[in-house]
Amino acid sequence: MTHGSTHATSMGVDNRKMAFWAFIGSECLLFGSLIATYLVYKGRSLVGPYPHEILNIPFTSFSTFDLLMSSLAMVLALAAVQRGDMKQGKLWLFVTALLGLIFLGGQFWEFSHFVHEGLGLTTNLFGSTFYVLTGTHGAHVTVGVIWLLTLWIQALRGKLGPQNALTVEITGLYWHFVDVVWIVIFTVVYLIQ
Amino acid sequence: MTEQTGAHATTGTYLRIAAILVMITLIEVGVFYVPAFQSVLVPVLLVLSAVKFTLVVMFYMHLKFDNRFFAFLFGGPLLLGFAVVVSLLLIFYGAIRLRTGM
Repeated sequence: MTHGSTHATSMGVDNRKMAFWAFIGSECLLFGSLIATYLVYKGRSLVGPYPHEILNIPFTSFSTFDLLMSSLAMVLALAAVQRGDMKQGKLWLFVTALLGLIFLGGQFWEFSHFVHEGLGLTTNLFGSTFYVLTGTHGAHVTVGVIWLLTLWIQALRGKLGPQNALTVEITGLYWHFVDVVWIVIFTVVYLIQ
Repeated sequence: MTEQTGAHATTGTYLRIAAILVMITLIEVGVFYVPAFQSVLVPVLLVLSAVKFTLVVMFYMHLKFDNRFFAFLFGGPLLLGFAVVVSLLLIFYGAIRLRTGM
């Protein structure tokens, strides 16, 4: 079978999409464990800095807005690719990747600021659980940005078209999952202190 | 051969969902800063977060329009993950209560 063709299972669903949903399911367990660890050790740090002293809600709210807008750009990219409008498809794929890069830049700034304030990975329980949880999420965003830029370059070379809509949809599933994980992290880590 | 994708929402729906998501985020941040909400902060924030989560999964990830088997593949581990979080919290705080007698 050629690359980019549909691989239907006996259930009538595409096997790549089915496998990807199963992967996302496994990711729920990974992030569930990390969030549980954060919550279990919440408020148990013996030395500072403590969350309420260091977390910057206005800044993180902007990061949240940025990631939500990247999800909108992603669905607009998919819709454009599905209708064969590759000019719009390329634009929205690039916008999604750019918003992801802005989020990563924000996270890099936040981590640098926290380290400057004295919060390292081994400073206290908050530092350990915070960096592992948000760092794992950041690593996922990084993978997503690389994936999106790869698709964008393929589109620029004319190698991505409506025939590859499912590939773009699967990329979108990954990106939106990264977004929903952040929705939970924003509430659990930043707003519920 | 062309890759087939399921029926999805319209661009207008995507824009409306984005507007709702931004509004909920503004409410979340607003609630965080209003002292009067401090007593109900946790349940309010959890509900708002759950609404945002559901909107993205149903409309942006197309679970509302897609094959129900995908909902099972996602929902099963999601519930298991939630159960892991709740169980760990109960075990951990249960152990602390036993130790401190509180």
